[in-house]
Amino acid sequence: MGLLEFARGPALWIALAVFVLGTIWRLHGIYRRPLKPDFSEPRARVMRGAGLRAIVSRMWHHRTFRDATIVGTLNAYGYHIGLAIVFFGFVPHIAFIGRLTGASWPAVPGWLFVAGVAFVFIGLLYALMVRLTSPVLRLLSNFDDYASLVVVLLPMLTGMAVLSLSLPSPYPTTPASPVPVAIHLMSFELLLVWLPFSKLAHAFLVFASRATTGVAFARKGATL
Amino acid sequence: MNDTVQTLDACGTRLTVEKPAIRYDRQGDRSDAERIAAAMNAFGKDFGRTAALYLESCIHCGNCAQACHFYLATRDPKYTPIWKLEPFKQAYKREAGPFAWLYRTFDLKPAVSVDQLQAWQELLYDACTMCGRCTMACPMGIDIASLVGLARHAMFEAGLVPHELWAVAERAAREGSPLGATAKVLRERIDWLADDYDVEMHLDEPAAEVLVTFSSIEIMKYPESLVATARLLNHAGYAWTVCSAGYEATNFGMMSGNLAWQRQATLKLIEAAIACNAKVLVLPECGHAYMALRWQGANLLGRPLPFRVLHISEFVAENIANGRIRLRKVDASVAFHDPCQVSRRGGATSAPRAVLAALGVDLRETQDSGALNFCCGGGGGVIANRRADELRYGAFRIKMQQIDATGAEMALTSCANCRQSFDDGGAHFHWDRSMGSLLELCAERLEERVAAAGKQGLTADA
Repeated sequence: MGLLEFARGPALWIALAVFVLGTIWRLHGIYRRPLKPDFSEPRARVMRGAGLRAIVSRMWHHRTFRDATIVGTLNAYGYHIGLAIVFFGFVPHIAFIGRLTGASWPAVPGWLFVAGVAFVFIGLLYALMVRLTSPVLRLLSNFDDYASLVVVLLPMLTGMAVLSLSLPSPYPTTPASPVPVAIHLMSFELLLVWLPFSKLAHAFLVFASRATTGVAFARKGATL
Repeated sequence: MNDTVQTLDACGTRLTVEKPAIRYDRQGDRSDAERIAAAMNAFGKDFGRTAALYLESCIHCGNCAQACHFYLATRDPKYTPIWKLEPFKQAYKREAGPFAWLYRTFDLKPAVSVDQLQAWQELLYDACTMCGRCTMACPMGIDIASLVGLARHAMFEAGLVPHELWAVAERAAREGSPLGATAKVLRERIDWLADDYDVEMHLDEPAAEVLVTFSSIEIMKYPESLVATARLLNHAGYAWTVCSAGYEATNFGMMSGNLAWQRQATLKLIEAAIACNAKVLVLPECGHAYMALRWQGANLLGRPLPFRVLHISEFVAENIANGRIRLRKVDASVAFHDPCQVSRRGGATSAPRAVLAALGVDLRETQDSGALNFCCGGGGGVIANRRADELRYGAFRIKMQQIDATGAEMALTSCANCRQSFDDGGAHFHWDRSMGSLLELCAERLEERVAAAGKQGLTADA
């Protein structure tokens, strides 16, 4: 078995299994803990949508915090959206997902893909620079923060290397240079394996955390 | 630490124990291993799903620093709110998280040490008022103040509470009041106030529709608040009483982190309300008293409370709405300071504004108000800790400047602890203003009653 076959076969399935099981395990580790009943008389009788409202409202800062957080927030939006464009909007990636799921959708225009790539590189490097220079972030940062940044950057870097090859089709069965493609795929698989165990899990924890506080605050009639 | 020699300082601009000659910030004579075991046991015991979710969710963005008055006043990164929980995050990851076995096996997170907890005592007790403003800036919505509350439980069990806070909390558990407002003192004060102010006051009535509670800060420092409360209740025509078995609304058990003392103080109030068959328990102008009873009381009892709990500002707002309290207008501009535990964390932001509207004042909101207000700097027991004074004054300066910027003629709040924080901070900065009581202003502006009080009960929430 060649490296590419390994990356497309056993490595991919193992990575997907670790991703799914790791995510379930992490959520199970949180949700298995007891939730004490709240006997206080709620101020709000109807709390429908409170969690969803908190998820949406927390997407943007209160005005009073904006001056201090606007650059970081816009940067974070930039590289998150860039990552989504690169992963979901690029022809070979759509072909890759299609092979796994059967789903398919149109690719983004070339200029948008390039913009997405730029947002990711510039955004992540800016985030790293801030993390290294801000006294607050330097104090808070640990191995997880830096490792997660590297793990996200790796598929981007290896992807750029693959981009320099001229492949005969979006998802060639036997590319002329299989090793760069395999390494790119394996760097993505590393991301899948790393995500559930790291701060990258905020991809799903963000919804649970915001919603939990949103419901608790709504119960008290407090604004979030 | 000999708990019986902590003399109260009842003459200062804030009430706490006298400045200790020697600080005892470690309680008891236990080994480090025993302290750590006690801390981790306490931390694990009341550590539920919500706390786990929060500790798993932090993305280390540092935005919470931008909300914290202690960080903004000093720009010292150690005051970043989530950093105040670092040993507990560490302990959680190593001992209780979903991947704890990985952290332990490969020693990815070292075990928490007593020295570490001791170092964090300042961050948890001196540099956090549990005001919760950081939650408003957290993109993950993490309620950091609630985690600080859990961390304080662990710190108390480890015997690592700041000297003064421990002393007043212990006094509260022993005497029933942290600041010497014992039942005997309360009786004497009520007799004196009823006499001097010619106001009808009710103590230990066997049955009453409304049970009134006070904070020891009011009893000892602002006794006019007791008079004001009586006048409002009399004006509204309620059958009310204060109960000498359960009157102290402050809860230093909660602030120091002793759950047993918190429960003890809470149950006294609950039992007093049940004993006199009260339909409503009115809490005084005290922020954390509201959190302790309104939102945590039923949970400590283990079932819903058989009566309603209202902050005095909610009670007044409700009775203005139903016509039982009528106020004369005040021709003045007012800046209102929201007590964090009542407003941001308690949800009663609109009640004091409804009262101010009824008073007809020109309300001038501070730049950050309501749910986004800055704390006075003295909440969460911080004001009791003398070593925190300089830090607290830095935080207070932010609030003071925001109030000055409104240009309002009067400054009002509805928390006695905030008031003493303003008294103390104002004296430090030679501030040309003072913080008044919304309750006392209402009592001064009561209309003469021309008809008997209505018979309608308290039904609607403020």
